[in-house]
Amino acid sequence: MTYTIVSNGDSGSFPTGDAFLSDASQDAEVVIYLAGAPLHADDGKTAILVELGTECLGVHTGEGGGENAGEEGSNILGFNRYRNGSDAPSNLIELVRQPRSSQTAIDAAKVLFETAGFEVALCSDQTGRIIDRLVRPKYNAALRFLDEGLASAKDMDLTCRMGLGYPDGPIERVCRGGLGHHYDVTQALFETNGTPGYAPARRAVVAKQRKTR
Amino acid sequence: MSKIKKVGVCGAAGTMGAGIAIVAARAGFETVAYDLSADALEKAATQTAGFFDKSVARGKMSEVDRDAVLGRLTSTTDLEDLGDCDLVIEAVFEDLATKQGLLKQLDGICGERTIFASNTSTLSITEIASGCERQDRVVGLHFCLPAQLMKLIEVSPGINTSKETFHTAWVWTEATGQIPVETQDKPGFILNALLVPFNNDAIRAVEAGVAEPGDIDKAIKSGLGYKMGPLELIDLIGLDTQIRLGEAFYPITLDPRAAAPALLRRMVAAGDLGRKSGRGFFDYGNKAMFGG
Repeated sequence: MTYTIVSNGDSGSFPTGDAFLSDASQDAEVVIYLAGAPLHADDGKTAILVELGTECLGVHTGEGGGENAGEEGSNILGFNRYRNGSDAPSNLIELVRQPRSSQTAIDAAKVLFETAGFEVALCSDQTGRIIDRLVRPKYNAALRFLDEGLASAKDMDLTCRMGLGYPDGPIERVCRGGLGHHYDVTQALFETNGTPGYAPARRAVVAKQRKTR
Repeated sequence: MSKIKKVGVCGAAGTMGAGIAIVAARAGFETVAYDLSADALEKAATQTAGFFDKSVARGKMSEVDRDAVLGRLTSTTDLEDLGDCDLVIEAVFEDLATKQGLLKQLDGICGERTIFASNTSTLSITEIASGCERQDRVVGLHFCLPAQLMKLIEVSPGINTSKETFHTAWVWTEATGQIPVETQDKPGFILNALLVPFNNDAIRAVEAGVAEPGDIDKAIKSGLGYKMGPLELIDLIGLDTQIRLGEAFYPITLDPRAAAPALLRRMVAAGDLGRKSGRGFFDYGNKAMFGG
């Protein structure tokens, strides 16, 4: 499966030097838009893949600035190679579909990424996709427990590593990825869902405020 | 050096109780596995033997050691058989009245120096201890699932737990080769305070059509490096247990994320309890004990 890359700068999914970039070709059957490059719809392509940040795919595809009452979907899909803020990108591609997305496009995108050595998880077009939707509330809770004195950061991290077999604990991970980044992601989730679990924890709010002073 | 020589495990036919009995017996402690049903105990004993057979097959244990461990492990449906234990660990139904009632019974059976430990996931150690006359000798020992494989134990003192009891329990956990962590007596301690809402969020993601269970678990394992996805873990824990965890947790914390999702309740009503019923978020061809 050949692919063309249209980029508008540094991509979070495929940083400069990433092998995936060098395997691209011109005028291929799949077009990949990175780093906010302006999207051009083209029904003649097998699939068009748009790199997403915290926004939904509908921001790029919606008709008249909106979506289409649950009937949205075409050969345009979203994706993001998951990374924890400033950590190196993982091997996971979250592939985003809409209700009426083309199955041919989905199949092609899976084959393309899997052939390149990535694991692909398919999800619907919802804020936070899979991982951020699930882990950001947990990081918020851990940061709150730290403030409340339930346990030290070290003990919380040790408990998760030893008790659950995680490679790292919630505090070390969220701090390593950047509390400001955590604020941005969880704030987007909170704006969409409105539930308290997504509200950025105090330490993330402080980090964001310090960054923008 | 541990003062503990003989260990009783209540609820030993359950997933957690059976794992705790394995930990104790494997570490050289004479272990009495207690439960209400002889059939369930026999089934657990068969699974335990299978677990050690796998350990032998994988070169982790010799046949001689396996036989010695199994020789240290006995089963009973008579609570009186726990009378001479130095440490009794309860891993029964996650219900305060049930645990309080059990400790009250054990109070009249066990010697006055016997320490009672609760493997509760979400309940207060202080409240559980209030069901017996030896509140200074009650401590929380929360093992992680599957207990026979996971090293961490959250050791939690209740308000009335003596320092000596806490120390004895701590030394025992080290003697079993586990890694103790001290936590406050708060709902869910550290681990479940983070895990129970996280698992519920994964169920809600399925319910909200975010992704199929397989894709959710794949994302979490690949993206975060977890060994097990949340839905696979819930299947191992038991979907009915996940409901009970939420019901124990939510009324205390009032955290909406801790409340059992509607989908979870529907699946339990349909008989999909996870690995133990053969189907939960995934289908299972067999019910063999995890690991070995």
